[in-house]
Amino acid sequence: MITFDEIKKAFLVSIWFMFLTFPIMVIRVNPVEHIVEWRWKNMLVVGIGSFLLSFVWNYLMKRKELGFKKAESGEETGTIPLVQRILGEKKIYIPALVVAGIFTIAFPFIFSLYQTNIMVSALIYVMLGLGLNIVVGLAGLLDLGYVAFYAVGAYAYALLNYHFGISFWIALPIGGLLGATFGILLGFPVLRLRGDYLAIVTLGFGEIIRIILENWNEFSFGPSGIANIPRPSLFGINLSVHESTIYIYYIMIALCLFTVFVVNRLQDSRIGRAWIALREDEVACQAMGIDKTKTKLTAFSLGATWASMAGVMFAAKTTFVNPASFTIWESIIILCIVVLGGMGSIIGVIAGALVLILMPEYLRAFSEYRMLAFGVLLVVMMIFRPGGIIPNVRRVYTFQGVKNTDKS
Amino acid sequence: MEPVLKVQNLGMNFGGLRALDDLDLDVGRNEIVALIGPNGAGKTTFFNCITGIYPPTDGDVLIFTQGRDSAERINGLKPNKVTEKGLARTFQNIRLFLNMTVLENVMIGRHCRMHAGVLGAALRGGSTMREEKKVVEDSYAILEKIGLARFVNEFAKNLPYGAQRLLEIARAMATEPFLLLLDEPAAGMNPHETQELDELIKKIRDEEGISILLIEHDMKLVMSLSDRIFVVDYGKKIAQGTPEEIRNNPVVIKAYLGEEVDA
Repeated sequence: MITFDEIKKAFLVSIWFMFLTFPIMVIRVNPVEHIVEWRWKNMLVVGIGSFLLSFVWNYLMKRKELGFKKAESGEETGTIPLVQRILGEKKIYIPALVVAGIFTIAFPFIFSLYQTNIMVSALIYVMLGLGLNIVVGLAGLLDLGYVAFYAVGAYAYALLNYHFGISFWIALPIGGLLGATFGILLGFPVLRLRGDYLAIVTLGFGEIIRIILENWNEFSFGPSGIANIPRPSLFGINLSVHESTIYIYYIMIALCLFTVFVVNRLQDSRIGRAWIALREDEVACQAMGIDKTKTKLTAFSLGATWASMAGVMFAAKTTFVNPASFTIWESIIILCIVVLGGMGSIIGVIAGALVLILMPEYLRAFSEYRMLAFGVLLVVMMIFRPGGIIPNVRRVYTFQGVKNTDKS
Repeated sequence: MEPVLKVQNLGMNFGGLRALDDLDLDVGRNEIVALIGPNGAGKTTFFNCITGIYPPTDGDVLIFTQGRDSAERINGLKPNKVTEKGLARTFQNIRLFLNMTVLENVMIGRHCRMHAGVLGAALRGGSTMREEKKVVEDSYAILEKIGLARFVNEFAKNLPYGAQRLLEIARAMATEPFLLLLDEPAAGMNPHETQELDELIKKIRDEEGISILLIEHDMKLVMSLSDRIFVVDYGKKIAQGTPEEIRNNPVVIKAYLGEEVDA
């Protein structure tokens, strides 16, 4: 029911927005004819639009509060996220998996080269997201310089290939190892830090790597970057650009599956539990006999390994690297993928990566409003679904744990 | 009595403040010892020094483990190493892993008795799977013993207050300690819960053979449980003895109630 109070509130909101957008929406200075245009029509549109939106907003907020009350009074039927409940059902889960599998395999043959290329970038971000998920989602270490490890991988392949002619398949594990090493190198100085301090230091680290790459011309060829990096080879067969894109697509799918496989197993293991305990309470975690140093370093180095492998993939895909690809903005996108998708949740991070990377590509028509949409999406998500698109899946593990005890 | 823990001349400075001064304390095998004192006396600091959260400024913390003739000095060790040696603690202000389930909280306690590494977890070999299965079973057994089995699937944050206190004890027990340090385990509990806690602590001592050192303000509980009591005030030990002796000790009465003024 719409009460008078709600109308009043919506009215005030619309007035406020008209006032707020007045300078940009209404006034236009025409410097050629030296006149000021007053576009009152725009003001009307803003007023009516915000009036209606405010109603929708109020409605959603009310529903949210209702949800809280339900949870408090113990009617917790809806606490298991819908997606998890669906995945829990074998009848739905297996056919869904088969359909998704067939779609994934057929994708490059159904869609154009352009689409496949976009998909490959999205998959690279899936991998980056899953890697950062270990550091941020599981271990709770806010890393804003994650892109540095991505750069390490990309440059590792580019430089190793340039100097020694090392092929993609050898560079991939080397890149991974190098990433792990850099992860530990960064890990050591920041062991004592957490929260905001950690974020600042990692942010600095990310920038240092980028600036080194930009300025150390003898080493990294500066801003002009390194070109003509070979695409992955297939037993020495010469592939056309189209074929090799499809080939890269399948490599990416395999790598993503590998990542999901490993991360999934890790998070339900002794190590994974230690990460989560570290996130929850550092002091208690140590008092329970967990080596804080070791746990943090494993998280950092494993996260970095995946970023680095994604970097090798990136270099092989674009055949060109330069420092401009590894700005702080990339770190933030990857962090958004993790937070938006759902911290600590594998399916969530995959969904987050696909949404955040594919959406801007398919909404090119609105590219001017891309950042606006991005910001709105984040704000709305954090208010209505703070757990992310598909929140943490730990609870599923627990049920299995109990089943185990029941059986014995 | 054969001691398991011996603390000698323990001192702790925070800048110019001497929080602990020349404290001696010992806990015997299968003994329940209470540490009492007014607020701010340094009891929790004492726990923090023993468990490695603070390195003590001076003095020694010695433990005597079974199958070892000589004492082992543990001050300066990191908290996780101390726990590995067999001292486990709970916290005054509950510090559970709130977003993990009750079972997982207890499983964390088992961490230092497990061996699976990253590779083991990724490959899920036979030994890892066996270890994992055993941990689930052991943890469940501990929960049954403490009386929390019905909460096994709940998130720790959704537990009632009294159950959260018990879960802290369960988690500490999962580390297989020989000495359990309880920091105000009865704080915020109602008389009925306190009574149950009393029985539980005795049960842990008798059935598990774990010695217990506890800080507590609930005098009824302290008097009923303890074999011996140590009283500290302003970081110094002011008295020690059996509950009977402490009850009638004028120095203790003075510390708690203030000095009598002669009219």
